[in-house]
Amino acid sequence: MSWEVVIGLEVHVQINTKTKAFCGCSTTFGAEPNTQTCPVCLGMPGQLPVLNMEAVNKTVLTGLAIGARINLESRFDRKNYFYPDLPKGYQISQFAVPLVEHGHLDIPTQDGEKRIGITRIHMEEDAGKSLHEGLDGVSHIDLNRSGIPLMEIVSEPDMRSADEAVAYLKKLHQLVRFLDVSDADMEKGQFRCDANVSVRRPGEPFGTRTELKNLNSFRFIKQAIEYEAMRQIELIEDGGEVVQETRLYDSAKGETRSMRGKEEAHDYRYFPEPDLPPLRITQQQVDAIRDGMPELPAQMRARFEQEYGLSAYDADVLSQTRELAAWYEALVAAHPADPKRCANWLANELLGRLKELGCEISASPISPQQMAGLLDRIADGTISGKIAKDVLDEMIQSGKDADAIIEAKGLKQLNDADAIDALIRQVLDANPQQLEQYRAGKVKLFGFFVGQVMKASRGQANPAMVNARLKALLDD
Amino acid sequence: MNIDVRKVAMLARIRLTDEEAAELGPQLAQILGYIEQLSEIDTDDIPPTAHPHDVAMPLRPDIVTNGNRRDALQQPAPATEAGLYIVPKVIE
Repeated sequence: MSWEVVIGLEVHVQINTKTKAFCGCSTTFGAEPNTQTCPVCLGMPGQLPVLNMEAVNKTVLTGLAIGARINLESRFDRKNYFYPDLPKGYQISQFAVPLVEHGHLDIPTQDGEKRIGITRIHMEEDAGKSLHEGLDGVSHIDLNRSGIPLMEIVSEPDMRSADEAVAYLKKLHQLVRFLDVSDADMEKGQFRCDANVSVRRPGEPFGTRTELKNLNSFRFIKQAIEYEAMRQIELIEDGGEVVQETRLYDSAKGETRSMRGKEEAHDYRYFPEPDLPPLRITQQQVDAIRDGMPELPAQMRARFEQEYGLSAYDADVLSQTRELAAWYEALVAAHPADPKRCANWLANELLGRLKELGCEISASPISPQQMAGLLDRIADGTISGKIAKDVLDEMIQSGKDADAIIEAKGLKQLNDADAIDALIRQVLDANPQQLEQYRAGKVKLFGFFVGQVMKASRGQANPAMVNARLKALLDD
Repeated sequence: MNIDVRKVAMLARIRLTDEEAAELGPQLAQILGYIEQLSEIDTDDIPPTAHPHDVAMPLRPDIVTNGNRRDALQQPAPATEAGLYIVPKVIE
């Protein structure tokens, strides 16, 4: 009999506000240690928190984008635990009544789209950072991160494989970036995931779950869940029992291990935060936020297909990020004659080259207008697509315009019928043997002649004209 | 009401002697017993009170108002190095 894996995910997303959740300290990443702190986020006695309006708005926006209910009155609670990077000895969070509840996200699976329930999104504050590496007997604490606003996005246990979990996370990652509520850079810890994993026989009640921590890339998440599910299945099949516990994923060893000892301290003694009255927002505020909702990935994908006639695949590729979509639309604006050519050249040619350079579209050495300049020269027959690829290489390297490169290198396409005929005769004269074979019926050699003519023109002859003229001259 | 004084002390990171534990146990039980009287009141029709004042939370615009005051703020710290707080090793 088979096993079924059951996965629920808790994702911590850093909200990209300029200031922290409860004080006016900057949230800029990578600042000198402890230079972005104040008595509030250092937990000094007597300091009072004042909530960041923008963090509230961005959480509401995220809630609306997942079709959730926005609680017009929500509350803050204290979650108590001791750790050196939590200077107050408690984290301000939302426990009893979160700002957002009952949403969902649709993910692609092998069997089509699947709806994953989102239980809640609550607001809370981030802790500081503890540094242990290379230190003997001590740890170092940087509290710049202390108090940065987080959304904790909690899913229902609706996922049934590591692949579904990764698909959900990718959708969520794309969504928060589209909404511009988070930069969601996983390497900077702005998008972090814990996974609750259990196994059961299909149809039976949920098994005992373990919580996996320290999953900081899509690849590790998949590996950790697959390892943990297999561990639980083997444990049960050997007559053992799964213990509810927190386990740490060790990416170097590719395994999860128990974090024993932390369990008994898991008594957070939540109670209402006495320093903060209830958070009240009005339906008008919620409606105003809804009115400002940007186009979401699914809508954009559909529009690209409809408005520009793109394939589903190209529309999906180009709507992966807002930056890429904006780049594409700027390109279409500058080369409106052929949106599909724009899509092909961006998705297949430019992105591939940028990837080799390890460069994001936002840092592309050429602008959409420069790219359009190249596509214009293909459209008007000045250069062939093949030559255009070389010109693109040169553009990326030098940052120069296509016209300047075409001019300087003499790459203009040869469109003159007489000149092409002359080239063809030259090739036919030079290859009498092949010409004889061709005339004797070996028509495959046509391609050979095309190649020779293109070579003789150093790639500059118009390929369509070469084909047509060659056919005419060979068959006359 | 029975109180696990040792557990409460552990959660609060307070070290107790046996004498203190023996003394505080009954005291805590007494305090909680006193508060327990509240549960005799029927609160079914009363909305939960999250805060004693009926006010909504004032919010703050997202504008940076604090600069770097690290030197002053680290004055009371027992140990710092290169701008970092130094604490006894903590690792899970």
